[in-house]
Amino acid sequence: MTLPLDLKRMPGRIGAGLRRTGLSAAVLAAATMVAAPLSAETLVAVKHSALRVLDPILTTAYMSRNHGYMIFDTLFALDESMTPQPQMVDSWTVSDDGLTYRFTLREGLKFHDGSPVTGDDVAASIARWGERDGMGQVLMDFVESMGQDGDNVFVMNMKEPYGLVIDSLAKPSSNVPFIMPKRLAETPSTEPIPEQIGSGPFTWVEEEFQPGVKAVYAKFEDYVPRDEEPSWSAGGKVVKVDRVEWVVMPDDQTTLNAIMAGEIDYWESPPSDLLPVLEASGELEVRNLNVLGYQTIMRPNALHPPMDNPLIRKAAIASVYQKDVLDAMIGNPDLYSLCGAMFVCGTPLATDVGSETLTEGNGQDLARQLLEEAGYDGTPIVIMHPTDVGTLRTQPVVVAQAMRDVGFEVDLQAMDWQTLVGRRASQAPIADGGWNMFMTNWVGADVFNPLVNNMVNGKGPDGGWFGWPDVPELEELRMAYATSGSLEEQQEIAAKIQEVAYDEGVYAPIGQYFVPSAWTSNLEGVLDGPAPFFWNISKN
Amino acid sequence: MFGYIVQRILAAVPVMGFVALFVFLMLRLTPGDPAAIIAGDTATPEQLQRIREALGLNDPLHIQFITWIGNLFQGDFGTSVISGKPVIELIAARMEPTISLALTTIILSVLIAVPLGVIAAWKHGTLIDRFVMLISVLGFSVPVFVIGYLMISLFSMQLNWFPVQGFRPIGDGLGQFLHRIALPTFTLTLLYIALIARITRTSMLEILGDDYIRTARAKGLPERLVLMRHALRNCSVPIITVIGIGFALIISGVVVTESVFNLPGLGRLTVDAVLARDYPVIQAVILLASLIYVVINLLIDIAYVLLDPRIRYS
Repeated sequence: MTLPLDLKRMPGRIGAGLRRTGLSAAVLAAATMVAAPLSAETLVAVKHSALRVLDPILTTAYMSRNHGYMIFDTLFALDESMTPQPQMVDSWTVSDDGLTYRFTLREGLKFHDGSPVTGDDVAASIARWGERDGMGQVLMDFVESMGQDGDNVFVMNMKEPYGLVIDSLAKPSSNVPFIMPKRLAETPSTEPIPEQIGSGPFTWVEEEFQPGVKAVYAKFEDYVPRDEEPSWSAGGKVVKVDRVEWVVMPDDQTTLNAIMAGEIDYWESPPSDLLPVLEASGELEVRNLNVLGYQTIMRPNALHPPMDNPLIRKAAIASVYQKDVLDAMIGNPDLYSLCGAMFVCGTPLATDVGSETLTEGNGQDLARQLLEEAGYDGTPIVIMHPTDVGTLRTQPVVVAQAMRDVGFEVDLQAMDWQTLVGRRASQAPIADGGWNMFMTNWVGADVFNPLVNNMVNGKGPDGGWFGWPDVPELEELRMAYATSGSLEEQQEIAAKIQEVAYDEGVYAPIGQYFVPSAWTSNLEGVLDGPAPFFWNISKN
Repeated sequence: MFGYIVQRILAAVPVMGFVALFVFLMLRLTPGDPAAIIAGDTATPEQLQRIREALGLNDPLHIQFITWIGNLFQGDFGTSVISGKPVIELIAARMEPTISLALTTIILSVLIAVPLGVIAAWKHGTLIDRFVMLISVLGFSVPVFVIGYLMISLFSMQLNWFPVQGFRPIGDGLGQFLHRIALPTFTLTLLYIALIARITRTSMLEILGDDYIRTARAKGLPERLVLMRHALRNCSVPIITVIGIGFALIISGVVVTESVFNLPGLGRLTVDAVLARDYPVIQAVILLASLIYVVINLLIDIAYVLLDPRIRYS
């Protein structure tokens, strides 16, 4: 290797070299200064996470749900008043005995491969969804048979009248009853569908998909939107851009710089500490799009001592003050609310029954009293503490301290989230890798009624959600809710469920919080909703 | 020499086999469950079990290992359990950003650092020497992400010369490619300049005190020839070693740089796979990294012979 240096004359040569290098850099910079302008019809969005699993029925991951909303459509959808509205359905009838539902699909609906949407496609899709989803499983318990009557009529025959058929089909969050072609819907529900063919407003651009990097959608030119104004996931899904790109940016500071430099258009979940910077820029819109927000929860494990004792679980819940959790976790009071409603504040089923200590912070004496009554012997409570997720790393610390303050011994075990996810499935005793408590967050729409809210499931170790409280009364109440006929009755039952759930200490909401999104001011028509939607957005 | 190369390649086989076994076992001993990631938060334990079964994660470990190794021998690295995409396809998609960054960084670093090191040694004890050492200390001391953010702040946000983030393949045009890779390259280059310049300087200082250098100067050889032909060439072995290992380090993943500049490289693929417990991807990436180290070490050894005739392998 030889170097082009004359070392005796180095200073001069260096100077010249540096000048040349500087000049070259300048020339290069000038030549390349103009970055490829983003197409006016391409909307670039940074999502809260990477899209990895493409089957929104196989998984409940929110990214997969969001992906589902892009390429699939639904029979019904919730509007902003949380009322189900027809989406793919044009009209429907219910027989006088309440046992037969006939849904006529809208004219012109077709899948991305050009085939028309039929009643058989709908039946197969609902059947697959009903295998996976909690609310779908309840619906399927009432369904006698499903099928088509003519190409565009879907018929559902019930074993007995069920009041939540339409609500079930309008379920807004994971798992959403998306409609896919029969050949895909016949895939076993434990395996991913092999293709991304839906009848939604966007088509999937498979060749540009890079898991963990980018997902690309193109406008489906043959999509027939409804005439109504869009409202949440209901109404006309009019696509006003040619492409939508979801990109993954692992670093928040980079995302902040990118949106301020105009390299991206939309940032779904900026961290709360960066919101003031975004708001101060003057060129960005920052707004909470999801009025239900998120519910952060603490979930005891009812299988193992000492938390197999409801009094101990109640004591743990009574020790916690939501404000302490939310101040540490979110900080900005504008972005959280104290809310003891298990079915989320802001919904028709919201009630504060049984939640006073959480929202008033006056439960410490009660907690000590309950511990004494339960004969707590100082056995350490193992709390799993995920340290790698920003929205989950704070709560365990605050809750652990609150519990210690009233006399609990707490073993706060640090781990990454995926370790927690694996370990929480274990029903083994504590000594064999079991656990006593963990915290997680839910999108409001995933917990907003007793059928979708997994934590009030009282089936115990066989069929219950992680933590497995065995409370038959909860199951009876949930079934009563499923067959209830009016909103008043539903509210009454939901309040009773909440009362029993608090009394049994099955879980506790430890706060409701909101995550605003940010977008550049040249975007118009960004919709509110329980999930981020990309129709109706135009880019000027 | 040829025999030596063959011998080294053959010796790499058990090394790779050991790495494969070690990685496989370590992953299976690590807590976490890809089925839980696929199923999501609301999955019941029964659903998790069914997915584990479908993925083959309930098979005995030795069956899983034999299946994996058997597929490897047929050139099949498996399929990502999370995305369902072939692992080889995932890795191939991430190779270009990483190799591009490695090449641009190493080339720029060598072009700057070697002359700097030579000058520093030649002007030992002067302000120039101290200036080069100051740059080296800074390059080592300031974290890469700080340099990255400063670069973005100055060149992207203030001067608007370069984009904040992203990568464009060279197939999209050389201008676009260089425009995007420039800032991450400059950022990493500072670190590698520090490393290579220090090694060059130290090696040169040792050599410049040797008798044969004094003899060369006494013969009246131009200083350029003394430094280039006699000194630099004789101290090239450690420099080449550092360059080679530096290249391997970048290839095997510079997660922070890739994250700060949103480069979709192998480092991010590895981290994502680890966080998602995507066993086939992690196994393949680590095997690939091991292979890269083996190959680069072999190339370094070969380079020794070419640069220093005194070195012979039997």
